[in-house]
Amino acid sequence: MYTINLSNDVDLDFIKAVSKESGENPSLCYQCGNCTAGCPYTQYFDYPVSQVMRLLQTGQKDTILNSKAIWLCATCETCTTRCPCEIDVAGIMDTLRIIARRENRVSEKDVKLFYDTFLNSMKQFGRIYEVGILLAYNLKSGHWLADAELGPKVMSHGKIHFLPKKIKGADKVAQIFNRFQEKGKKHD
Amino acid sequence: MIETAYGYYAGCSLEGTASEYDTSLKVVLKVLGVDFREPDDWSCCGSTPAHTVDHVFAAALAARNLAIVEKTGLKTLITPCPSCMTAFKKAQHGMTKSDTFKQEVNELLDEPYECGVFAKSALQVIYEDVGLEAIAVKVTHALPDLKVAPYYGCILNRPPEIAQFDDPENPVSMDKVLTAAGVEVCDFAFKMECCGAAFGVPKRDMVNQLTYKVLSMAVDAGANCIAVACPLCHQNLDLRQGQVNSLMGSSFDIPVLYFSQIMGLAYGYSPEALAMDKVIVSAERFVRTRITTEEARENKEKEARAKSPKSKTTGTKEETKSEEIE
Repeated sequence: MYTINLSNDVDLDFIKAVSKESGENPSLCYQCGNCTAGCPYTQYFDYPVSQVMRLLQTGQKDTILNSKAIWLCATCETCTTRCPCEIDVAGIMDTLRIIARRENRVSEKDVKLFYDTFLNSMKQFGRIYEVGILLAYNLKSGHWLADAELGPKVMSHGKIHFLPKKIKGADKVAQIFNRFQEKGKKHD
Repeated sequence: MIETAYGYYAGCSLEGTASEYDTSLKVVLKVLGVDFREPDDWSCCGSTPAHTVDHVFAAALAARNLAIVEKTGLKTLITPCPSCMTAFKKAQHGMTKSDTFKQEVNELLDEPYECGVFAKSALQVIYEDVGLEAIAVKVTHALPDLKVAPYYGCILNRPPEIAQFDDPENPVSMDKVLTAAGVEVCDFAFKMECCGAAFGVPKRDMVNQLTYKVLSMAVDAGANCIAVACPLCHQNLDLRQGQVNSLMGSSFDIPVLYFSQIMGLAYGYSPEALAMDKVIVSAERFVRTRITTEEARENKEKEARAKSPKSKTTGTKEETKSEEIE
């Protein structure tokens, strides 16, 4: 069984930072395990969500930020809905993922790459260009044929557009991205 | 009660892989007398990827759209895609709860958003504002061979503080809406179990395994069709059903329809008008056996007469063609 060694590495600043950014109080968790019991992804997690909560209470920053669990959480909100202590557990998982991204610690590179490709499409066109995202993802991830067999299906059923549709306000959307990045630089 | 006019935010999926949801929903909303207007030049809501970057950033991408709707004076925004709806509701929630958060979001926007627009799922508008009686009145056709498992997905009703609609553990709105449309529904335990959401591309096996559970549970519950209200659920259950079969060695052949397509069929619309051809696992079998509600009533009476030992006379055979609205 994995045990947490509390004699070292308790990062109190990390606990404070997560609490502040998520607006949640992790010490309210009494480890009932309800979140893990309902989590559809728990079999894929390296640390079940209730253990992530415990790791957070004990300030185990590195273990959490290097975990796969925070990237494989789909924000299905089951844990948040069922937490008897009314902790927004999915909100905490989201915050942990945000911090991991900021610190450039990404244990699930394909997941992040897919999100980034999605956001790039959005920044470029204002809306999502599904074909472009899949092609760009396949190229960058090296999984060149990912979902290739779905191509004929979506094409024969007329489910996709081959060309991107750029909205008039695409530059306004890009502005949101740019302002956010500038703001980030100021805080660094 | 139906509002005089609603906003309607289609979202990117409904322009692409989920265009059948858009087509059929607009048909149904018109039948039910719901007046809706699409905001000019809307942009992507940010969906899942944005909230993995930053909460203020995610809220700003969503709020750009809410600000456009707010300017038109409309108060309620019909949002068919649960992912868009959650993005809007979370932005609204955060900006209403905290002035600092609101200010930070508005600093990223050209036009500030003043928190006057409420996003609602299409299902919520149909269930609560239109109401079951009004839904039932418009029914012209019966689908006697159809047995539907209504699948809500994870975020249509969750978390309750954000979704503010139906029950977060055992929602019944879609069950009731489809029942009002004369369709037989069956309860199934996985009506809210996550299908794998946006991981289809980067984590395909995981999604196929999760979807397998949902499909199995629906079939075990006796359903021969699954109704959905989410483009991602549809993609995982329908488009990826072949992948599920290859990976898991299963042989599912269960049509997955948007609840609006099923309602449209009950309202007598043609498969073309409801974009039924866009669905991968064909639902043609249910369309083929569709009859008018009159025929359905006669069939029931015949059955009842045949069962009762007193009357042995059989009803006159009547050939009625089912009428379709193009």
